Amino acid sequence: MPLRTVTNPVKAGSRYLSGNDAAAEGAIAAGCRYYGGYPITPSSEIMEYMSRELAPRGGAFMQMEDEIASISSVVGASWTGSKAMTATSGPGLSLMQECLGYAAFTETPVVLVDVQRAGPCTGQATKVGAGDLMAVKWGSHGDYQVVALSPWSVQEMFSLTVEAFNLSERLRVPAFLLAEEATGHLRERVDLPESLEIYDRDYQPHEPPFGCDEPDGIPSMPRFGDGENLLVTGSTHDRWGYRKTEGPAFHDALVRRLSQKVLSRKAEICRHEGYYLDDAELVVVAYGFTARAALRAVRQARRGGLAVGLLRLITIWPFDDELIRRVAQGAKGFLVPEMNLGQVDGLVRSAAGDTPVKSLTQVNGSTISPASILAALGEMR
Amino acid sequence: MARSMEKYLRPEVKTTPFCPGCGHGVLMGSLLRAIDQLGLDMKNTLFVSGIGCAAWIPSPNFAADTLHTLHGRAVAFATGAKAANPDLKVIVISGDGDLASIGGNHLIHAARRNLELTVICANNMIYGMTGGQMAPTTPQGHLTATSVQGNPYRPFDLVKLVKGAGAPYVARGAVTRPYELIGYLKKAIASPDFAFVDVLSPCPTQYGRRNKLDSAGAMYERLRGLCQESAEGTCAPGDAGDSLRLGEFND
Repeated sequence: MPLRTVTNPVKAGSRYLSGNDAAAEGAIAAGCRYYGGYPITPSSEIMEYMSRELAPRGGAFMQMEDEIASISSVVGASWTGSKAMTATSGPGLSLMQECLGYAAFTETPVVLVDVQRAGPCTGQATKVGAGDLMAVKWGSHGDYQVVALSPWSVQEMFSLTVEAFNLSERLRVPAFLLAEEATGHLRERVDLPESLEIYDRDYQPHEPPFGCDEPDGIPSMPRFGDGENLLVTGSTHDRWGYRKTEGPAFHDALVRRLSQKVLSRKAEICRHEGYYLDDAELVVVAYGFTARAALRAVRQARRGGLAVGLLRLITIWPFDDELIRRVAQGAKGFLVPEMNLGQVDGLVRSAAGDTPVKSLTQVNGSTISPASILAALGEMR
Repeated sequence: MARSMEKYLRPEVKTTPFCPGCGHGVLMGSLLRAIDQLGLDMKNTLFVSGIGCAAWIPSPNFAADTLHTLHGRAVAFATGAKAANPDLKVIVISGDGDLASIGGNHLIHAARRNLELTVICANNMIYGMTGGQMAPTTPQGHLTATSVQGNPYRPFDLVKLVKGAGAPYVARGAVTRPYELIGYLKKAIASPDFAFVDVLSPCPTQYGRRNKLDSAGAMYERLRGLCQESAEGTCAPGDAGDSLRLGEFND
């Protein structure tokens, strides 16, 4: 079975770590053996950690000349059979977009840690933001799917990095750890397990590497050097990798399969947490670092007699609109606090039906305070 | 392609993507002969290319692992593959527009790092596949789709560029001199360092017809004329001066 339990190769037990270091340790634990990157605040500590830790484990680290080269090298490394990763922040993510589409179209497992800062453009390099949610999903041209997980703690910087690798390898898609500067630079206690489950790439000799009979299937993936004479191309390709750009139905079926292999597995990919939802009239929908403030605000509101709950989204992409629809049935209103101008608010709105949705946005480079969320809830009574 | 080289080609591929008179077919044949003479294990060889006419030399033609990447990024993809699996022999083959323009940064940094990669530039001095636009290697004054009054800029001398970036083995060959070219390719592939071969390859379709070299024969004659035998048996600078000097440029 591709899923197996391994002894955690990084030091287990209670540790006091930064989020960025925890993400790097999660990558090592998940089996990452190639890192190609370019320094950018506030993600650079991940790269620095990997530069120290990969070589002693037989892995390879490359400081590339830019972010385009970084993700390109990660795709090249992934096809040799290595679990491969890069980390970046907003401007670097923008540069990686073309190759993100290449990875999605060639079904290459890659993990990208995006430690978001305040944008657009150079923005505020050392300040927090959450403005990349749409960019990770819609930034490259054409239609494709990615997986994006949103950690709210240093603990999850570790565990969701492992999960991002597992999902990326299993689905053969780019997977994001979509963190924020506040979590990347946060230091707190983490419990690192003695063992963990990791997913190793499925390779069946002589099977087509780019196609299968199911309209949402995931083909097996060989490596360079396996003797399969692999044809990997960013052009429209048949199941053996031959370029095939004629025939509208063929391209249509390929693009739909690549989307469906992720979307049809939403139920197993999408994770969330609910707090005080059973009797909640107002529901805060939050993700990432903002969910920490939201939970505190919800508890304060409860003490003040408000029937409020928190729906914390852990998986952002694919977006679990069915979950929002379900919660909307028992709710009188949603509040969506975000460190952007309403990127998830629009998604919640489209799924919420008649349930009103209030957006609380902040793009000033600071985290949203519990008091702001509490005040917004007060206005919704 | 000679029958003896067919074992390196995919039997499923029946046609060549190259225009009549294109030099890339000769380069392709020369590369396979170099591989054959070296006895290279194709199972452990990865061919990486970017976008454009030359990127089609390995993909889909070669019966080996091929990675046909994004425009300009072949060297960066190859760097990751080689770093992650040093046992792979990694050969990049792409065009001058791909490697020297959009991919110029990756080219010089790969040369600087001196990772064991072989980079072969099929240099036709023009953008062929996109319709004959000016390349960073187009000679000054020459006509292209985006320089109808003549290219106002100096061309890159890729040998000097890559040499200056630190590559230990750099050579320039021409498809008009295939035996020398095969020798350069063999040395580059066998090199334990970053190795670069600039290969002059005529493009009658896009370059020739705009520059009054309206037949493949005329283009090949011109390329032959750029290179004369020197006393040492290698090429001396031809009439285009130093920028087209053929030969090896070792440390």
